[in-house]
Amino acid sequence: MKVTSPSHDSSSGPSTASPHPAAHDLLGRRSRRLEAVIEVAIRASAFGVIAALLLIFVFIGKEALPVFYSEEVRQEVDMRRLFLPLKLDGGSGFVWQPVATVPKYSLLPLFLGTLKATVVALVISVPIGIGTAVFCSEFAPQWLREIVKPVVELLAGIPSVVIGFFALMVLASWLQSAFGWGVRLNAITAGIGLSLAVIPIVFTVAEDALTAVPSSYRDGSLALGASTAQTAWRVVLPAALPGIFAACVLGFGRAFGETMIVLMASGNAATMSLDPTQSFRSFSATIAAEMAEVSRGSAHYHVLFFIGALLFVLTFLANFFGHWYVSRLRAKLQGKTR
Amino acid sequence: MRWLKSISFGAICALATTIILAMVAILIGDVVWYGRERLTFEFITARPRMGITEGGVFPAIVGTVFLVVLMTIAVVPLGVATAVYLNEYARRDSKLVLAVRLAIQNLAGVPAIVFGLFGCGFFILFIGRGIDVAGFGGRLVFGQPCILWASLTMALLTLPTVVVATEEALRAVPQVYREAACALGATRWQVVSRIVLPQSVGGILTGAILAVSRGTGEVAPIMFTGVAYLLPYLPDKLTSQFMHLGYHIYVLATQSPNVEATRPLLYSSVLLLLILTFALNLTGILIRSRIRRRLRTG
Repeated sequence: MKVTSPSHDSSSGPSTASPHPAAHDLLGRRSRRLEAVIEVAIRASAFGVIAALLLIFVFIGKEALPVFYSEEVRQEVDMRRLFLPLKLDGGSGFVWQPVATVPKYSLLPLFLGTLKATVVALVISVPIGIGTAVFCSEFAPQWLREIVKPVVELLAGIPSVVIGFFALMVLASWLQSAFGWGVRLNAITAGIGLSLAVIPIVFTVAEDALTAVPSSYRDGSLALGASTAQTAWRVVLPAALPGIFAACVLGFGRAFGETMIVLMASGNAATMSLDPTQSFRSFSATIAAEMAEVSRGSAHYHVLFFIGALLFVLTFLANFFGHWYVSRLRAKLQGKTR
Repeated sequence: MRWLKSISFGAICALATTIILAMVAILIGDVVWYGRERLTFEFITARPRMGITEGGVFPAIVGTVFLVVLMTIAVVPLGVATAVYLNEYARRDSKLVLAVRLAIQNLAGVPAIVFGLFGCGFFILFIGRGIDVAGFGGRLVFGQPCILWASLTMALLTLPTVVVATEEALRAVPQVYREAACALGATRWQVVSRIVLPQSVGGILTGAILAVSRGTGEVAPIMFTGVAYLLPYLPDKLTSQFMHLGYHIYVLATQSPNVEATRPLLYSSVLLLLILTFALNLTGILIRSRIRRRLRTG
């Protein structure tokens, strides 16, 4: 390491005799001012991060709010029409049809679609992610661990457009020929694609939680005669449960807001069905597909921002509680070992 | 009975691991198998032809590089400064540090498409239009989708990556170095700029590399902040639109009039993107694991 002596940047070292005692100060007035400026800049950028999050909230909200008050927008859409059944020709129902003579903006089909894909993704990725995390922290020998972890990191690095491509071009055809579904792009295909994006998150958080469990827990259990598997199932897993739960919540947040995979592999039909073998349209994909074509200030435009605000708030809550659980687990485990 | 149950739990966990490894292997294997043939020199250096069924992806590569360079210029100073604040300037348990950490965590969880909406609402409509009204008499210059706003949106998305990686590296610098420098009379900024930052170059590099990898493949935030479907020219100024490798894959996969004809090009584009992101990520992971080892031993 190179330690440069800080005194060399002022020419008046102790050797040069100076008439005034202040000149012995290692810093000149100018560099002291520079120091202050830099400190302000560093503080400002830290505030900038908070400001960025607030700005996102404010600017998405600003464009979403006209849904509540603008007379012009409310001629086409309001809260009732977003969430309650619409009056249609043959009775009533929920329809998302923003480009029509009478535009219909029912959010329920989009919500069901998003939920359908998220549930499929979590059903696949939670057992796989947690199982792999348990395997890595409790069963696997060191060399195997050093293979699995980088592979999961690589999986996390695969861009979602590539996963979407894979689900659309490869997975969809395989699954359709295997199960004979009538609809090629459906919630199961998209859900499997989504799970590829969610597994790394679930794995990382769960693995963190499992390794945070003190080894004294394991030693105690093994000393009482339990097998490795019994220790993992009865002792380590329960101790890490808040962290495991956090892994699921964070995975949910990721799946709920993921765009490209769903946009490419969902079929994008806004249907009102809970059948996972049917096409669907998600919140995020709706924004991605329609934002480019709306005119600024139209009702449709504001509804898209309203959907964005919903996504923001929901994922924010999921993340907040996820991280809160993680930190609570840390505190609990550390408190107990001390 | 009990041993059967205990064996089966281990077996289930092993099965889960196998499934992940298999999924990754199948995905990569499929892309490499079908993509390798067309990944030629011509593919990398030629423009798309014949309604993107022939030619290459050169403009998309140029656009991606331009985007990523602008993004790095924006995100690295901001991210490093934030990490320096958290680790060197602020008091460990102050409320502000907590708030900044919370903001970073939540920023990392905001869906990419929401960043896109934000870029549209804030950068283009608020800042861009503002500049146009103030400096260009209302003529449309900055108030439209372009590479500047796309890269700033991407910078915001990758900010948490840079902050987290830099902080990890800062923490790996032994406390005694700081104390020694302080004892010699160095000011806080002198300690940071001459001792701590040179020691954490690896971590900063990791953050930048991972951010670049993200910026190369992420599509949702640039969809309506500047990317274009197909352009006859290369981006040459901050206000031009651009083509992007990730978006190009989306276009080839979903908007092509002839899916079968574009399939070979689609596969090689995906292979190219995967090679790029894997190379970047591997470099990042390797540097990071070296830092972590030092953190453990130091």
